[in-house]
Amino acid sequence: MVQYDTIIIGAGMSGLAAGIRLAHYDQKVCVLERHTTIGGLNSFYRMNGRDYDVGLHAVTNFTPAGAKKGPLARLLRQLRFRWEDFELSEQCGSAIAFPSARLRFTNDIEVLKSEIAREFPNQRDNFERLLGQLADYDDLKQENFAGSARAFLAETITEPLLIEMLLCPLMWYGNAREDDMDYGQFCIMFRSIFLEGFARPFKGVRLILRALVRRFRSLGGELKLRSGVSRIKVDGDRAVGVVLDNGTELWAKRILSSAGIVETQRMCEDITEEVPARAGQLSFIESISVLDCQPNKLGFGETIVFYNDSDQFHWRKPIDSLCDLRTGVVCSPNNYLYPAEVGNLNDGIMRLTTIANFDRWMALDEQEYARQKCWWYDRSVASAVRFVPDFRAHTIDTDVFTPKTIRRFTWHDNGAVYGAPEKKLDGTTHLKNLFLCGTDQGFVGIIGSIVSGISMANMHCLRDP
Amino acid sequence: MTPAEIRDEIIDILSDIAPDEDLSGLEDSKSFRDQIELDSMDFLDIVMELRKRHRVQIPEEDYGQLASMDSTVTYLEPKMRDI
Ligand SMILES: Cc1cc2nc3c(=O)[nH]c(=O)nc-3n(C[C@H](O)[C@H](O)[C@H](O)COP(=O)(O)OP(=O)(O)OC[C@H]3O[C@@H](n4cnc5c(N)ncnc54)[C@H](O)[C@@H]3O)c2cc1C
Repeated sequence: MVQYDTIIIGAGMSGLAAGIRLAHYDQKVCVLERHTTIGGLNSFYRMNGRDYDVGLHAVTNFTPAGAKKGPLARLLRQLRFRWEDFELSEQCGSAIAFPSARLRFTNDIEVLKSEIAREFPNQRDNFERLLGQLADYDDLKQENFAGSARAFLAETITEPLLIEMLLCPLMWYGNAREDDMDYGQFCIMFRSIFLEGFARPFKGVRLILRALVRRFRSLGGELKLRSGVSRIKVDGDRAVGVVLDNGTELWAKRILSSAGIVETQRMCEDITEEVPARAGQLSFIESISVLDCQPNKLGFGETIVFYNDSDQFHWRKPIDSLCDLRTGVVCSPNNYLYPAEVGNLNDGIMRLTTIANFDRWMALDEQEYARQKCWWYDRSVASAVRFVPDFRAHTIDTDVFTPKTIRRFTWHDNGAVYGAPEKKLDGTTHLKNLFLCGTDQGFVGIIGSIVSGISMANMHCLRDP
Repeated sequence: MTPAEIRDEIIDILSDIAPDEDLSGLEDSKSFRDQIELDSMDFLDIVMELRKRHRVQIPEEDYGQLASMDSTVTYLEPKMRDI
């Protein structure tokens, strides 16, 4: 009988990071992944001879080499990587585009400050005050996490349009809740996007995933793909092991799950009544266009544009249609400051994210699904080109993925990209030795989920070996 | 290990945890936190590395003893004398 110190459910960013920590400290650890590949929400695939990333627009939380503070520096130290290992190149500059105002921002907060002074002169000092208030937030302590970000902002910023514009990118890149955002999540996202910023490895997310998985294996960690966990075996108030989809049983002193709160509870054999659905409502379609030239040839030199077509930003699931076209995110992976010697990506790529209704996408039959993908690709791109140069005539290939795809990659309820709105910040569950990491623990995004895996491994799995 | 060897070992652990830090000017009587950028996660790593490398167990209530190099060496000396 094989007995592990720790079994980790899920080979996404958080599970792999946790695995490295535990294997580094000599635990016998196994990462179980249902999918045929690693990466979860941030995996990659190949189609028509081209490589695509599922998630990656940007690695957030960029800090330069040598920086000692911030999540990126922390995770590099904790996983014993060098800064160079992630091969991050900085963004060229991004924008928040609303019909009556446009704010540019880069990895230097001074740019956003001067843009705010230009568009909203009477908010300049208020924004300074806001920065002062946010500087004190400690994301490891997470005080007052659940407060309202809108209420907090309204205390300092007196121009409603500016509040909407500031919230737009932050909600897009990390808010599981509709309409408003938890204060703690707001602070974390504000820092990760406006104070630190965007970067990308030239080779995309696979570079980071490979670094993680190589390190994990070199430390003696086991990774089993095509090994979905169907049940968590329970004895009293403790988890004792797991049963895989194929019936294999594995035993462990403790289990760390990145499958989500509800999804994990549902696997526990001691929970017999239906676990009420608490998953988030926010899922996306992603429309990818491959161009016959670099996007900057068409006048698009920005890295990411967050757009919204009215003064009010709507962050909720569309009820009556498959997608909500009022807001979106356009990102070109070409528009990063890659080192001269690597050049740029061969193809021009425009990625576009649009809010979608999971249930409606799941209800379509196969033929209708294919048809709706084409239809919503056209509509979403038509919506986006109101805010960025019209690139449609240069498109040579397209792909769309939907909430259905996201679910297939992650098994998350509702294909919810940022998980459940109620986070479980301490990672505990009803069982003494079953813990959560990743999206539903609280940190989202690539860097966030890696930090989550590290901190939950440290807090729950390392202290008693 | 002698106190001097323990000190070297701690320096080695610190340079493993925080490779970008220049540890040559570290003052033994001052707290680590005032001199190098270490957060609570990094502190845990000092404890964990000692356990991994030398099987030294440090209970959580004693973590405060690892504040400076002097206090760390004093605390570890009886535990590491025989290794
Ligand atoms: C379209 C899109 C764009 C994004 N863009 C960005 C971006 O630009 N920048 C950024 O920082 N973040 C981005 N994200 C978010 C980021 O990808 C996620 O926050 C992060 O990858 C979450 O990692 P995780 O480890 O918490 O969870 P997941 O990636 O969801 O990992 C969970 C893993 O567990 C596995 N699993 C689930 N159930 C079981 C089971 N029963 N048995 C075995 N395995 C199981 C799943 O297959 C999955 O691999 C994006 C996400 C999407 C969908």
